[in-house]
Amino acid sequence: MNAYLGVDVGSVSTNFVLIDEQEQVLADLYIRTQGQPIQAIQKGLRMLEKEVPPSLTIKGAGATGSARQLTGVILGADIVKNEITAHAVAAMHCIPDVQTVIEIGGQDSKMIIIRDGVVVDFAMNTVCSAGTGSFLDHQADRLGIPIEEFGALALKSEHPVRIAGRCSVFAESDMIHKQQMGHSLPDIIAGLCEALVRNYLNNVGHGKPILPPIAFQGGVAANPGIRHAFEKELGTPVIVPEHFAVMGALGMALLAKENAARGRKTSFRGFGASELEFSTRSFECKGCPNHCEIVEIRQDKVVLARWGDRCRKWQDITSTEAAS
Amino acid sequence: MKITFPHMGNSWIAFKTLVEGIGHQAVLPPPPTKRTLDLGVKYAPEFACFPFKVLLGTYLEALELGADTIISSGGVGPCRAGYYTQLQARILREQLGYDVRVITFEPPRGHLLQTYRILRELVKVSFPQFAAAAWLAWQKLLALDALERESHRVRPLELDKGTTSRVLSEGIKAIDKAESVREVKQVTADFLERFRQIPKDSGYQPLKVGVIGEIYVVLEPFVNFDVVETLGHMGVYVDRSIFLTNWVTENAFFDALRLQAERSAKKAARPYLPELVGGHGQTSVGETVLYAKRGFDGVVQLAPFTCIPEIVAKSILPRVSKDLDIPVLSLTLDEQTGKAGVTTRLEAFVDLLRMRRNRLALTRGETA
Repeated sequence: MNAYLGVDVGSVSTNFVLIDEQEQVLADLYIRTQGQPIQAIQKGLRMLEKEVPPSLTIKGAGATGSARQLTGVILGADIVKNEITAHAVAAMHCIPDVQTVIEIGGQDSKMIIIRDGVVVDFAMNTVCSAGTGSFLDHQADRLGIPIEEFGALALKSEHPVRIAGRCSVFAESDMIHKQQMGHSLPDIIAGLCEALVRNYLNNVGHGKPILPPIAFQGGVAANPGIRHAFEKELGTPVIVPEHFAVMGALGMALLAKENAARGRKTSFRGFGASELEFSTRSFECKGCPNHCEIVEIRQDKVVLARWGDRCRKWQDITSTEAAS
Repeated sequence: MKITFPHMGNSWIAFKTLVEGIGHQAVLPPPPTKRTLDLGVKYAPEFACFPFKVLLGTYLEALELGADTIISSGGVGPCRAGYYTQLQARILREQLGYDVRVITFEPPRGHLLQTYRILRELVKVSFPQFAAAAWLAWQKLLALDALERESHRVRPLELDKGTTSRVLSEGIKAIDKAESVREVKQVTADFLERFRQIPKDSGYQPLKVGVIGEIYVVLEPFVNFDVVETLGHMGVYVDRSIFLTNWVTENAFFDALRLQAERSAKKAARPYLPELVGGHGQTSVGETVLYAKRGFDGVVQLAPFTCIPEIVAKSILPRVSKDLDIPVLSLTLDEQTGKAGVTTRLEAFVDLLRMRRNRLALTRGETA
């Protein structure tokens, strides 16, 4: 059987999706990156290999996420794309007439506006990441509630309190203050969800025509409290697709399939890539006062790729000057 | 005097010619680097805009190299940058104790006498010698702009990535070395020919993107994360709305002569923004209108963080974008901006433009 692999390596999670020729999801996987992208990719490949029949042939692989460049090298990906395109492709696959995509991940959030199956506008959080997954994680942890139950608790609220949501740090002090005033936990959590939604709509969604159907995806879509707050604020239902947490990876699997359909042979290293020895090192180039930090990826002794240089002088991987 | 000046793209070549031509020593401002930025951020007020910080860092580095005089330009209209040179002078002199002279050239209109006085004091050579130096500097500026413009056209078509950038940097060095107007013209012709000889994918129709925004961030590749080159390598033809030569022509000559210069960008902006909001706010809006009318695929706005004129423009651009059906990507730049974030947005924007062009081609095909 033929399959296509999509991998999304973000700041918080590393996601995998395998689809078949009918674009049905064969397997999906969501694991934590924990600051070690290579290990996370290799761990994911091992876990995935156990889940799928050995007869499976990978005909194409795609990579996205903030570590897309690195992932592309480790995987031998055929196609490497930015997260916005990957998420839009996946959203249109799940909800063909989707007009708005709300995506909130670990450290960034974006909004994609789609009309007639084409991305016409997008925005990403720029100067602030209040309201993203990492902050919710931190607050759940501080309140001693597992993140999985955090959102459900918000739904029990009758009178959400107003929390200052413009800045994560101030939101936290405001929450502590409201706790000390004696407000109930569900009311505070619901208030936090509403504040974060307001912040997102003001920052990322500012001036954008938010029309239904609206897809809500990314790890934070698992949180029913945020989902509810969006519906309340927008006055329209939001749809959470089945594979909401791995949409970037799904988008890349779809793009890898499209790429393979053009008759291109895959350069995917195979699941065996999980056993290869990859190493990275970085060094400061002293060629000019820019002092660019160059990252170098090696498999055993062979340099696979380098990046980080503004002038591109290290892009030639046959150069051995780097060793010094 | 040992004179230095702001570093803005490749314009230092012309400034150097001019400063040396009027009988002074030019201290070349080093191209901005991370160190420049660190220096600037350390001594600038936190909420000053990005250009302020980079320029302050540049001045500090030039002072280390022995400069004793800084020549800069003032701003146009109600933009804080017009006052920034005074502030930078105070930081350098009073806070850091440098014995440095800072000379500001305001746009000549309304400051003609002042401009004349400064020139009379600065120029240590005869008038014909001064005129010759100014003419050579101007020719170099024109030549630099001509080569850069051509590189924008060739880069998306090149078959071997990086060739255009290499030829361009050789051309810039050659213009710097040229000693006469004739030599400058010869070098320009030679390098235009070399651009022509770069192997190209002639059947490829690149996307066309206009770059607008505040002059310093548009002209200095270090502060805009090489946006022009990055787009070029993604196969996009970039039209930069600002070149130093047209800016000087418009703001110094026309304005000084009080010509009713109905500059087309300002005229085009009028239905959306009839007021001069300082800096390049109004022209940013107008240029977007013009790019839409010229059939460009999209526009990228470069705005320094906290730049008021560009913030005004940014809030008006969505309406222009909707009315004239032209996608606009606004990038806010400051010392906190990461190259990765800029690249992700540019990649996504180019994807958007490609899909849009394919759809337009499709609908056109259906109606035909």
